[in-house]
Amino acid sequence: MLTLDKARTDSQVEIVKVNGEKATKRRLLELGILPGTEIRVNKVAPLGDPIELTVKNSQITIRKKDAANVVIVQK
Amino acid sequence: MKIVLAGNPNSGKTTLFNILTGTNQHVGNWPGVTVEKKEGKLKGHKDVTVIDLPGIYSLSPYSLEEVISRNYLLEEKPDVIINIIDGTNLERNLYLTTQLSETGVPMILAINMMDQVEKNEDKIKTEALGKYFNSEVVEIVALKNKGIDNLVSKALEVSKRDFTYKPTEWFSQDIEEVLSNISSLIKGHVDENLLRWYSIKLFENDEETVKQIILPLGVNEKVRKVVNQFIDNNGDDDNESLITKKRYEHINRICNKTYLRNKIRKEKMSNKIDRIITNKWLALPIFAVIIFLVYYISITTVGGLLTDLVNDGLFGEGGIPDIVGGWLSFAPDWLSGIIVDGIIGGVGAVLGFLPQMFVLFILLGILEESGYMARIAFILDRIFRKFGLSGKSFIPMLISTGCAIPGVMASRTIEDERDRKMTIMTTTFMPCGAKLPIIALIAGALFNNSGIIATSAYFIAIAVVIISGIILKKFKAFAGEPAPFIMELPDYHLPRVKSLGFHVWNKLKSFIVKAGTIILISSIVIWFFSSFSWSFQMVDNVEESILSSIGRGISWIFTPLGWADWKATVATITGLVAKENVVGTFGVLYGFAEVAEDGGEIWSVLANDFTALTAYSFLVFNLICAPCFAAIGAIRREMGSAKWTWIAIGFQTAMAYVLALIIYQIGRIFIDGFAFGSIIGLLALAGLVYLLFRKNPYKD
Repeated sequence: MLTLDKARTDSQVEIVKVNGEKATKRRLLELGILPGTEIRVNKVAPLGDPIELTVKNSQITIRKKDAANVVIVQK
Repeated sequence: MKIVLAGNPNSGKTTLFNILTGTNQHVGNWPGVTVEKKEGKLKGHKDVTVIDLPGIYSLSPYSLEEVISRNYLLEEKPDVIINIIDGTNLERNLYLTTQLSETGVPMILAINMMDQVEKNEDKIKTEALGKYFNSEVVEIVALKNKGIDNLVSKALEVSKRDFTYKPTEWFSQDIEEVLSNISSLIKGHVDENLLRWYSIKLFENDEETVKQIILPLGVNEKVRKVVNQFIDNNGDDDNESLITKKRYEHINRICNKTYLRNKIRKEKMSNKIDRIITNKWLALPIFAVIIFLVYYISITTVGGLLTDLVNDGLFGEGGIPDIVGGWLSFAPDWLSGIIVDGIIGGVGAVLGFLPQMFVLFILLGILEESGYMARIAFILDRIFRKFGLSGKSFIPMLISTGCAIPGVMASRTIEDERDRKMTIMTTTFMPCGAKLPIIALIAGALFNNSGIIATSAYFIAIAVVIISGIILKKFKAFAGEPAPFIMELPDYHLPRVKSLGFHVWNKLKSFIVKAGTIILISSIVIWFFSSFSWSFQMVDNVEESILSSIGRGISWIFTPLGWADWKATVATITGLVAKENVVGTFGVLYGFAEVAEDGGEIWSVLANDFTALTAYSFLVFNLICAPCFAAIGAIRREMGSAKWTWIAIGFQTAMAYVLALIIYQIGRIFIDGFAFGSIIGLLALAGLVYLLFRKNPYKD
C-alpha cells in the first residue's frame, strides 16, 4: 500500500483513500485531497520534510507523518 | 447594519477589508480567545459595520477560527455575507461557499483576482454560478480597487431586500432523504432558517452542534436512530467524509458548467520562483542571506541610525529632557523629577526603540506580504519540530532579536495552542535590542571588550530555546503528538504599499499604546522608589532610597550566583522596566548621573565589584530571566490568562537562575577549587541533564 509520504517527487498521484484522525482527515479532504482525484507531488523541503503538493491549483505543504494517512497510486 | 466578510486565507480578504473600511478599523480579539477580530465602519456609511471573519477553508468544528466564524453567523445574524472567492482557485473556494449558503444569511459572491483569471485565459460564467447559490455575483480585483463600488452597492441592496432562505438540495437522493427526515424531526426546535444547517450537522455528528443544540430527549433519540440507520446501511465512509465528498461532487458539476479553463495551463510564476527559493541546495543559503539583511538593515544600519538620532538628538544633551528641565527649574524637585526623569525618561525609552521597530516591521511586513514567510515555515519546520516547536516559531524569534513585544505578538500565526504557548515562553530568551547595552557593559568592563561575549549571548539564547523545547515537551501541558501541519503556500506577489502600511501601522500602534503605557507607568514607579526614602522624603543619595533598601534586603537571593551585591540587585530590578535600564542604573548607583550606552564610565569601578565569572553569571541571568514589563504585558495578552503568564515568567526566571548558578559554581571549581557551593552547582546541572534526557512519559 503506497502512501503519500512515499510518493516520488515531481510526479502525479491518484488518491485512493484518506485515513487518519477526524480533524486531520477532514482537513485533507476539504483541501481537495479526495479519493479519485489526482494531485501533484512537487518536492520535499530541503531538510527532508514537509512535502509540497499541488492540489486544485494551489500549493499545500504537509508533513510526511500526516501524509502517511493518504493511500495513493503512483501515476 | 452588519456586513460580514468570509473567505479562504489568501483570497484577498484583508485587502478588501482595508478598502472597505479605510482607517476606520479596530483590531481586537474575539471574546475569550486569542484570535484576531477586525471590525470597521464601511467608508461613507457610518451605520454599516464590516466584520472580518478569520480566513477559513470550511465551517468544520475542528479549529477555533472555524467555530468562531460559524457561531458568529448563526447567532449574530449579520445582514449580509460577502464571500470573497479567489477566482484562480475556484473549486476549493466554493467549498466554503456551499457551507456559507446553509447558514440562512443572505450572501453575495465577490470573485477576486479576475485580472489573473483573464491573464490565464480562463472564463467564469458568473451569473450562472450565482444561480447555484441563489446569490448575486460581483467580479472584483481588490488589489486594483476594481469593482468595489459595485460590490458595496449590491451588498447594501441585498441586505435591504426581503430574504427568504431557499435551501438547495444537492446531495444524493439517499442523503437528502435522511436530511429531510431529520429536518421534520427537529422542526420547531430550531430556527426555521437553520433547519438545513442543523440537519446536515446532526447527520455529520458534528461535535460543536451536539454540544450546543438543545433537543428534547425523545427527538434526540429519534435523530440518532435515523442517522445510525444510514451508517449501518452505508458501511464504508463516515458521514462527515461523505458530506465533504458530496460537496465537492456538486462543486465539480457546477464548475463543469461555469468554469471554462484554458486548455493550456502555463506554469505559475510562483512555482517558477519556488524552484529557486525552496530548491534543495539554494533554500537555506538564500534564507540565511535574507534574514541577515533584515536584521542588519533594521537593527544596525537604518534602524540603528534613526534610533541614535532619537536617543542622542531628541533625548540627549540639549534635547527634550534638558529643555523641559530648564522650564521646570522653578518647580519643586519632586515635580520636575517626576516629569523629567519619570515621564520623559520613560517615554524616551519607548521612543528610542521606535525607529528600529519601524524598520523591522516594514521588512518583516514585506516578507509576509510577498509570501516568503510561508516558505520559511516550510523550510525550517523539520528542525523546529525536533525541539517541540514548529517552523512558524521562527518568525517570532527573529522579531524578538529586535524587540520581544512584537515578537510575542507574532506568535499568533501559530495555530496549535501548545506550540504557541511554548513559542511565547521561549521567544524572550533571544537577546533583544535593549539587552545589547548590558552585553556591551559586561564585555567592556570585564572582558576587554571582546566580541565573543556578544556572540556567546546569542548562542546561549538559541541553546536555551532548544533546551526549553525539549524539557517542556515532556510535561503534560505540552506533550502529545504535534498538531497536523497542513499549510497553504500563497502565491508570491509584490508587497503593496497600502497593505504594508496598514500592517506596520497596526503593529506599531499596539506597541506604542500598550508597551508605552506600561513602560511609562513603571518608569514613574521606579523613579519614585529610587528618589524617595521610606519616610517619603526626596533623597539626593540613591543609597538612601526605598529601592536601594529593597535591593539590600533581597540581594542574598543571588549569593549562589556569585553577585549578591545590592547594586546588582537594584540594577536587575530596574531591568524589569526596560532592559537597558540596567546600565543606566549602575551608572547612577556608582555616582554617575549619566553614562554612555555601554556604560564606559563605570567599567573600572564595575571591575572592582565583579570578577569575570560573576559578571558573566550576572549577564546570563539578566539575558534569560523574565523580560521587561511591557513584554510581560504582551505575553499576558497572547497567553490570554494570568496563570500562564506567571508560568512563563516563572519558567524563564527559574531557567536564568539555574543557568547562572551552574555557570558560577562550576566555573568556580576551576578557579578556587571545590567548595560547598560546587555541590549545589553540580546538583543543579544534574537536575537540568535529567530533565533533558529523561524518557518522555507521554510518548508511546
